[in-house]
Amino acid sequence: MEKLPKWADVILIPLINLVLAFLVSGLVILAIGKDPIVAITTMFDGAFGSTTGLGYTLYYATNFMFTGLAVAVAFHARIFNIGGEGQALLGGLGVALVCLAIDWPHWLVALPAAAIGGAVFGAAWAFIPAYLQAKRGSHIVITTIMFNFIAAALIGYLLVEVLKVPGSMDPASSNFPAGAHLPTFNEIFAVFGLNIFKHAPANVSFFVALICAFLFWVLMWHTRLGFAMRAFGQGERGAEYAGISPLKITVIAMMISGGLAGMMAINNVMGESERLILNATEGAGFIGIAVALMGRSHPVGVILASILFGFLYQGGGELSLWEGIPRDLVIVIQGLVILFTGALDGMIRRPLENLFLVLRKPTQNGAV
Amino acid sequence: MTLMRTFLGAAATLAISTAAALADPAVIFDLGGKFDKSFNEAAFNGATRWAEETGGSFLEVEIQSEAQREQALRRFAERGANPIVVTGFGYAAALDTVSKEFPDTKFAIIDVNWLEGENIRQIAFAEHEGSYLVGMLAAMASKSGTVGFIGGMDIPLISKFACGYAQGAKAANPDATVIQNMTGTTPAAWNDPVKGGELTRAQISQGADVIFAAAGGTGLGVLQTAADEGVLSIGVDSNQNHLHSGSVLTSMLKRVDNAVYDVFSAAEELETGVTLSMGLSNAGVGFSLDEHNDALITAEMRTAVEAASAKIIAGEITVHDYMSDESCPVN
Repeated sequence: MEKLPKWADVILIPLINLVLAFLVSGLVILAIGKDPIVAITTMFDGAFGSTTGLGYTLYYATNFMFTGLAVAVAFHARIFNIGGEGQALLGGLGVALVCLAIDWPHWLVALPAAAIGGAVFGAAWAFIPAYLQAKRGSHIVITTIMFNFIAAALIGYLLVEVLKVPGSMDPASSNFPAGAHLPTFNEIFAVFGLNIFKHAPANVSFFVALICAFLFWVLMWHTRLGFAMRAFGQGERGAEYAGISPLKITVIAMMISGGLAGMMAINNVMGESERLILNATEGAGFIGIAVALMGRSHPVGVILASILFGFLYQGGGELSLWEGIPRDLVIVIQGLVILFTGALDGMIRRPLENLFLVLRKPTQNGAV
Repeated sequence: MTLMRTFLGAAATLAISTAAALADPAVIFDLGGKFDKSFNEAAFNGATRWAEETGGSFLEVEIQSEAQREQALRRFAERGANPIVVTGFGYAAALDTVSKEFPDTKFAIIDVNWLEGENIRQIAFAEHEGSYLVGMLAAMASKSGTVGFIGGMDIPLISKFACGYAQGAKAANPDATVIQNMTGTTPAAWNDPVKGGELTRAQISQGADVIFAAAGGTGLGVLQTAADEGVLSIGVDSNQNHLHSGSVLTSMLKRVDNAVYDVFSAAEELETGVTLSMGLSNAGVGFSLDEHNDALITAEMRTAVEAASAKIIAGEITVHDYMSDESCPVN
């Protein structure tokens, strides 16, 4: 039987972990001589206190939703895709090539095309490690990490040598045509006569991410393919005996994963910078791992965890803007959250399980 | 809900207290961070010097992500910071947007000269001129006739350093060989001292005995390895002679600190709508001479370089700027 009721597993444990992470962060802030209450207030206010701040939070969250879902897909097949970063970089290349290819008439046409471009490039980048893992047994953690470096070098080369605007010093592609501009939240709400989310980069790809999360749920729990991936993840031998091809499942799971990571580029490349820049992903591929872990590889969990990390990014930015708290400390806080919610999860789980067992005992006796 | 209200209330109080610091100048550093021992640190030093001399205070932030460029600029401008300095060409696009939204705020940007705006002061440095002089010094100090250049990330700006350096070396010794390496093609190349050290060893094995590092934090590894291996090195941006006294031949100075200091000192009187070119003529670039490299620079070398410097200022020598046509006449 379950040791923990479901609500405790999905809500209580992450919540306790978060509180612990913030308590330790508070101590660190205290140690550098700043006021932790002011710090947390600044973070909350900066991330949720205004629609502009919220727009930034949701912009970051959109990135993490894509990469978090990407990692979660692979997790279900028990594959550790550490290469989200590189796949998202390549996705950016795909999106940029699509956006620059023709003078797009309208974003409704450009968005699906760019999303497909990003997904195809991301999936192609994930295909090679997946194939090597399935066929040659090359460890996918190692190969995907190495592919992150190759991706960074490749994008760097292309931006410096091929895509750069002649005469410009900035290693970045030229600006995308106006028809490829995705409506921001500000522009969407302007239709209703509201002037909110001013200047925030959150855009229509947020909704694409939500659709992807829904499709993820359908795929994983309502299709044969999803069942096959989960079965493969639970036990490779058993799955093979049941007629599931490890090669096929590994490659398919990784390509869906890479495709999702690549689709992140519609948010950061097409939605925000509107040109391809170096370092466009900024670690979102790695944050996706933490997001998937925290979200228990479930789409709802991934969405919530993404918003949490969006809050940490945006709130952390405000912290260094106004409180003189260096950005390195912001990274420490983010690290503590990852540590407590991911790695130290068992620390809370064990005592809590015991607690629930003690609480439950009388009813069990009654049943016997 | 009450908790949230407490938060918001406290935030509002905070906002009011911060708004009292109106019209403070602000500086926004690039992704490299303010303690990069180089470009951003020079900007930070200039700002700190201003604060110490005037007793004033300034706002500062090190951004973490690309999306924060516009955000940081806009937030500082909203709170009334004036003038606002941004370091690096990465801010060009963001500044172009934000400067139009705040016509009454004055902005300064370093390493950019292609923007337009009545409230922008653009400050570009003639790095090729300073690199030319240290290139001459390198060729004259070299015994093997081979000198090295190690750049950070492979971008046109660094090729501008390399090209000036090669021209200077060839001017001092037409037979000189200049070995050039870039550390990488991604921003990580600015902060990879280990690879800097490896490249240094590789260049030494090819005969180089003076090596110029224009590579941010990576350069620290170059200077260290050069000192360990007993060859000379040349620092960049800030005066790095003291890092390995007696082993650093000189440093190519790029006076970002002076530029920031000047902007902060002018405060709201800052002249904008102009593009400043900081070269040898206005002491924007140069090379460092102090007690750490006294013994390395002979009187003869000094005379030759000072003569070349005068000729560049007078326009008798034209140092080719790589960025004007993305090519270099010598290499």
